[in-house]
Amino acid sequence: MSGNRPWLAPLLSLVFLAVFVGLWHLGTRTSVGEVIVDPEYAALIGAAAATGGQSAMPGPGDVVAKLWEHVTDPFYDRGTNDKGIGIQLGHSIARVLIGFGLAALVAVPLGFVIGMSPLVYKALDPFIQILKPISPLAWMPLALYTIKDSNISAIFVIFICSLWPMLINTAFGVASVRRDWLNVARTLEVSRLRTAFQVILPAAAPTIMTGMRISVGIAWLVIVAAEMLVGGTGIGYFVWNEWNNLSIANIISAILFIGLIGMVLDNSLARLGRAVTYKE
Amino acid sequence: MTQHFLQVEGLAKRFPGARGKDDLTVFENIHFGIEKGEFACIIGHSGCGKTTILNVLAGLDQASDGVVIMDGKEISGPSLDRGVVFQGHALLPWLSTLKNVEFGVRSRWPGWSAKEVEAHSTRYLEMVGLGQALHKKPSELSGGMKQRVGIARAFAIQPKMLLLDEPFGALDALTRGTIQDELLSIVQATHQTVFMITHDVDEAILLADKILLMSNGPYARIAEIVEVTMPRDRTRSTIHHDPQYYRIRNHLVDFLVNRSADYAGASLEGHDPRHPPVVRPGLGGGGQVAQVVELPRPAHQGDKLSPKPSVSHASL
Ligand SMILES: Nc1ncnc2c1ncn2[C@@H]1O[C@H](COP(=O)(O)OP(=O)(O)OP(=O)(O)O)[C@@H](O)[C@H]1O
Ligand SMILES: [Mg+2]
Repeated sequence: MSGNRPWLAPLLSLVFLAVFVGLWHLGTRTSVGEVIVDPEYAALIGAAAATGGQSAMPGPGDVVAKLWEHVTDPFYDRGTNDKGIGIQLGHSIARVLIGFGLAALVAVPLGFVIGMSPLVYKALDPFIQILKPISPLAWMPLALYTIKDSNISAIFVIFICSLWPMLINTAFGVASVRRDWLNVARTLEVSRLRTAFQVILPAAAPTIMTGMRISVGIAWLVIVAAEMLVGGTGIGYFVWNEWNNLSIANIISAILFIGLIGMVLDNSLARLGRAVTYKE
Repeated sequence: MTQHFLQVEGLAKRFPGARGKDDLTVFENIHFGIEKGEFACIIGHSGCGKTTILNVLAGLDQASDGVVIMDGKEISGPSLDRGVVFQGHALLPWLSTLKNVEFGVRSRWPGWSAKEVEAHSTRYLEMVGLGQALHKKPSELSGGMKQRVGIARAFAIQPKMLLLDEPFGALDALTRGTIQDELLSIVQATHQTVFMITHDVDEAILLADKILLMSNGPYARIAEIVEVTMPRDRTRSTIHHDPQYYRIRNHLVDFLVNRSADYAGASLEGHDPRHPPVVRPGLGGGGQVAQVVELPRPAHQGDKLSPKPSVSHASL
């Protein structure tokens, strides 16, 4: 249907965007309009109306202007509470990648062992069942107390929340490798190590990559909250700081950037996932 | 004592029964031998345990009882001495055709250079007519081509014995015929020892030197061993002209339809599972369905009864 008109979907997207921006524009204008409708009220509060207008919801124009500021000068650094949004995002991305990377280093080999050995699976299952549903932020006080470093604590929280999806998916992927393929390796007297790397790993790779994609998505969700708690640097701290400054335009800009980076992370892992997918 | 290249002695497979129930004995007392260079087919109804026997021969499964000796050594696990062609082709889908074959070749000759491995693997793929599809993934191949890759992979490691589990079961009749011809010519050229499961009576007659008939399970056994007495240079197109063909075919069909259930339980009178009767229905003349002869085993010669009164000692 849309095959012969590939421009239709993007056009519709633009229409939705225009409608949304239009409503937003109207919504943020009405407060000014009401003031006009009620001149007595305007006269009463007078100057207050003007200053109050600043903390009111910004219109699309204000936000675009703010965004342009951020895009043109993302890396300035004027002290602890005034850093460019690029620097803040960089801190968050670095934390996510380090925490996620460490989690992958633990989860993939451990998942391999769990997937290969029903005994280990049974022995570790109760721990995984209990630990998995814990909100990663619940670990924060414990991390701060034991590690005594807010930056490493945030990374630890990312580590914990990235661990489970990768661990569970790796174990599942490894355990469900087709018996036939393992039998092929056995009849060809392929060593256990070669079987692990050349049969089990490629066979389970798509499932493992799905786990990684889920993990990185959760990590990016959690990092904002974690940084709001620990403060200092990062996009989460930036949002909280701008809330204290009552700069809604900055908050909206940050939200847009968070969404954008999240999309990039997700897409790059999806791309990696496609690279290891095979058709049976 | 061991006189055959492959010697199966007293093989049995039992599965533990559900609580309170007896064990399930799929088969027991399985005895047979295969000579070097011989092509043996096994035929029997679904569920009688053919795949289980093949897996035991492959070393992938363990029997509850009995031993299998190949070339003087007891089989205790999978080995490169036995190549297996799996029913579901079992190609690794992320590897190209060539890499699938190389996977086994590299394991067989770890000292070979990448060039040698590639040249050797390519040769075997060309042998099955896949020289043009070296770099295709299994998903890009037809069912028949996939099965050919599986055959090339098994042949390429030059095993002492080849095990095939219904290799053509999933193929259409036309493709099946072509691959049967290919397999036939390769086997005739290489004198490969083969053990093959099939459901197809015609396929068995075309390919086999002898056909093991398995009775229905549980307690399945080798009921008879049918020798295919037609000359070895058979082809699919001319085999029908040989009068032996129909006699053998009738005998096999008669067994599958009428007699395969008679062996269940205790034992048919006179049937000795240690020496299943060897029959040569192809040589039988007139109205006789089959000629029954004793298995020529010097150690026990003459002291066993044959199940049928119409005993002929033509082979002795
Ligand atoms: N794990 C198991 N537990 C209990 N019974 C089993 C198990 N595996 C196989 N069996 C039984 O063993 C018997 C033999 O199975 P097998 O796969 O060897 O049959 P087959 O002769 O190859 O049949 P087909 O021609 O359909 O492939 C079957 O009756 C099956 O029910
Ligand atoms: Mg079977």
